[in-house]
Amino acid sequence: MALTREQVVHVARLARLALSEEELERFGRQLSGILEHAAQVTRLATEDVAPTSHAIPLVNVLRPDVPGECLAREKAISTAPEREQGRFKVPRIMEEPQ
Amino acid sequence: MTADLWRLPAAELAGAIARREVSAAEVVESHLARIEAVEPEVRAFITPTPELARAQASDVDRRIAAGERLGPLAGVPLALKDILCVDGVRTTAGSRILGEFVPPYDATVVSRLREAGTPIVGKANLDEFAMGSSTENSAFGPSRNPWDTTRVPGGSSGGSAAAVAAAMAPLGIGTDTGGSIRQPAALCGVVGVKPTYGLVSRYGLIAFASSLDQVGPFARTVRDAALLLEAIAGHDPRDSTSIPDPVADLTATIEDGVSGMRIGVARELVGGEGFQAGVTARVREAADRLAALGAEVDEVSVPTFGYALSAYYLIAPAECSSNLARYDGVRYGYRAAGAADVVEMNSRTRAEGFGDEVKRRIMLGTYALSAGYYDAYYGKAQQVRTLVIREFERAYERFDLLLSATSPTTAFKIGERADDPLAMYLSDVCTIPTNLAGAAAISVPCGLAEDGLPVGLQLMGPPLSEATLLRAARAFERDFGFLPAPPLWGEGAP
Repeated sequence: MALTREQVVHVARLARLALSEEELERFGRQLSGILEHAAQVTRLATEDVAPTSHAIPLVNVLRPDVPGECLAREKAISTAPEREQGRFKVPRIMEEPQ
Repeated sequence: MTADLWRLPAAELAGAIARREVSAAEVVESHLARIEAVEPEVRAFITPTPELARAQASDVDRRIAAGERLGPLAGVPLALKDILCVDGVRTTAGSRILGEFVPPYDATVVSRLREAGTPIVGKANLDEFAMGSSTENSAFGPSRNPWDTTRVPGGSSGGSAAAVAAAMAPLGIGTDTGGSIRQPAALCGVVGVKPTYGLVSRYGLIAFASSLDQVGPFARTVRDAALLLEAIAGHDPRDSTSIPDPVADLTATIEDGVSGMRIGVARELVGGEGFQAGVTARVREAADRLAALGAEVDEVSVPTFGYALSAYYLIAPAECSSNLARYDGVRYGYRAAGAADVVEMNSRTRAEGFGDEVKRRIMLGTYALSAGYYDAYYGKAQQVRTLVIREFERAYERFDLLLSATSPTTAFKIGERADDPLAMYLSDVCTIPTNLAGAAAISVPCGLAEDGLPVGLQLMGPPLSEATLLRAARAFERDFGFLPAPPLWGEGAP
């Protein structure tokens, strides 16, 4: 199945990828080919088959609610590209008030 | 003796170190010199870590001098796939987006390796975020196959496999989501184990597809691989998918042979369209050899496995698109400069930080999970996953293990499949069913194809069948022997 350009643009926006025109065209074409192959999964009659999300199921993995060692704040945020006063710093999210 | 220490397998080196015939420092220096000599041709490492290795070696020597009894691999150098976090050492996952990332903590596997006393000589190259079958998707350039440096070492753990094959370290650590340990092991002529899902902790492993990812060992002998797996396996409360049971002894029965063992030859994964003639021939000979050694070998058809690849290339990208959402330029890694607002910053950071294959898989996964397509793609793929597991279960009513090729071809030329993602994906056709089933498998060298390149024999087993797999692989290795050393080794037997 071929993806339309609109679909590719929509998926790129959902995935937060600022793609170039060339990438939109190329990925669109390649994804169409891959999806065509992947669509083989729909050919197996699987109506009564339960889906598997996890091959080795473990249920209710619990532990005592006891505080343990954890990273110091400065070390934990040491990897951030921008930080200020012990916090992550990001560009503006809200519009400036009019 | 000291000059050629790099030629020896891990168990032998560790024995000599424990008996104080040689120091861990000497063993490390021999491998560091070896790295200096061949790394320019192989390019197995993103970040060599000679100082870390020297510090670990001197710690091992100090503890041995103090009379401490250390583990069976103490002092043996190791190449670590650059997707496992090491406190204070740059960890890139082969990506520009983590190009300068220095983790503030150790992965559990790394903590266990520190306890085992295996000096880490470098962070090994990989396809970006372990997505690929050749290391060509690394932002740091491809690694080369020690058998022919115009060819790929396989992937995604190609750097670790190449380092072990080129004797830059007798041990390597990789990760296997769809074949990323076994396929490079096959293409480089070394042993690689994909353990049961949950046997080895994923804490501190940079995630690709969380229901499939598993850490495992590379070595040049089956015994060395078993010892390394024992060192890293076991329950970890920091990974909620970690199996709580104690780990079975993997070396106690390793010499017990295959007499009476029931081995099924998985017909669809041995030959046919896409399989190189020399690969099929070597794998068939290996099956005959196991039969001659006393195994009960018979054919089995596994038609559902033909759909496993399609299911995998929906499930893995879906999980990847979710896992890689964390690279938003806020908490770690690269951030694009000069964005007006946070959405633009996120989108440009990701566009500039990720390579083509990662972008393709994020797009594919986002699409497969998006409204209107979830049931048709992701839901169906999960149902096929159930059918693959059932097919394995049916086969294991008749057999203890299944046998196949590890890769349908030997190592291909660098660049040969780079522009055709689907052709690259087909490299994993034999390995993917095991990942979908969360089960265990091993690749062991079984000869050279008509092109003079190594062929890998894959043995697959049910979850937690590692001891049986290692025993069968060792029986094969003991009778077959080892491959000749790759040309890079120069004169002298391995």
